Amino acid sequence: MLVDEKGMQEEVIRMSGTEPKKCMLCGKCSATCPPSMDMDVRPHRFVKNVKAGNIEALMESESLWKCLSCFACVERCPRGVEPASLVEAVRLLVIRQQGKNYLTADDIPELIASDEEIPQQLIVSAFRKYSK
Amino acid sequence: MDKTYLYYPGCTLKTKAKELDAYALQSMEMLGIPCKELDEWQCCGAVYPQATDEIATRLSAARALEEARQKDCDLLTLCSACHHVMKRVNHDIASDADIRMKVNNYSEFETPYAGETKVVHFLEMLRDTIGFAELKKRVLNPLTGRKIGAYYGCLLLRPSNVMQFDDPENPYIMEEFLHAIGAEPVLYSYRNECCGGYVALDDPALVQKVCTKVLHSAEQKGAEVLVTACPLCKYNLTKHDSGDVPTYYFTELLAEALGVKE
Repeated sequence: MLVDEKGMQEEVIRMSGTEPKKCMLCGKCSATCPPSMDMDVRPHRFVKNVKAGNIEALMESESLWKCLSCFACVERCPRGVEPASLVEAVRLLVIRQQGKNYLTADDIPELIASDEEIPQQLIVSAFRKYSK
Repeated sequence: MDKTYLYYPGCTLKTKAKELDAYALQSMEMLGIPCKELDEWQCCGAVYPQATDEIATRLSAARALEEARQKDCDLLTLCSACHHVMKRVNHDIASDADIRMKVNNYSEFETPYAGETKVVHFLEMLRDTIGFAELKKRVLNPLTGRKIGAYYGCLLLRPSNVMQFDDPENPYIMEEFLHAIGAEPVLYSYRNECCGGYVALDDPALVQKVCTKVLHSAEQKGAEVLVTACPLCKYNLTKHDSGDVPTYYFTELLAEALGVKE
């Protein structure tokens, strides 16, 4: 765990490769985000919180597990900010900690057994997103 | 035809999405396009690693890209997710000196790889190597009167500055393909919106919501079936459709039109 929020903010910006200061809070990302209404912190507020350095609160956010990585926010941001990359960076801050994986290898057999139609692609992509 | 394509199938096309793979290869043979599967390939990881410090998760894509360069071939993809990962990792290696250096340090290729390979999706191959006008001439069983909705989803189109696949907001390559095989493409507003992707494993209710929007939108415009290039889109849409608008792989319709579907 990185000690202070300033350090965490720098880490998120570095990992994401995007600059939240460019955000003008127009809300287009949240308007276009398919799961926006199921998020506790919608994309434009997520960017605003990174800008403000409230990283610990974002690490607790349900939005980390609702983002579909569909890149609608990335494509449509008029300022070239990548909200999805900021969500990914904060999600990584969480799951790169010991014992904080959101999905583990032990969960996989039961998931596969639950539905024989599940494509490998679903298991692999969820595992990549939720586990380190 | 110019050169042999080197084909990267990916994890699902040899298992749960065999139709996507087999009908594509049969169609290519029929069309006389030389194509060979990579000698060795590993799963691309299915999602693009967005973080700039993720190197290990870019390596399987880098190996496939490098093999294609070594053999002087374009790398051919079918699955939308594989195409997305290959194209974006290739772009990273070409444009980001730090990623390029680290990928090469890990991989120890004989000659450092710098993003030289061209990544081509099967639909782009149909458009640019064969041409839709020529494809139309090769069709034996035109799908006359069939109302088909093209479902693009996200991964082929976005982010458009890297993917450069089609107009990200008003794509038309799949509609051109559908015209070529004699079908009637149906335009509907959610054709480039997400199916929910990998969140299906954790929150099926959320995925049901987004899939229902896509399916309703297509049904309202009169689509009888949807076509996709992505096994996960097909899984999610099929799971949440009420049986009215089934989803197929586009290669299945291609093989039918070319008369190679058994």
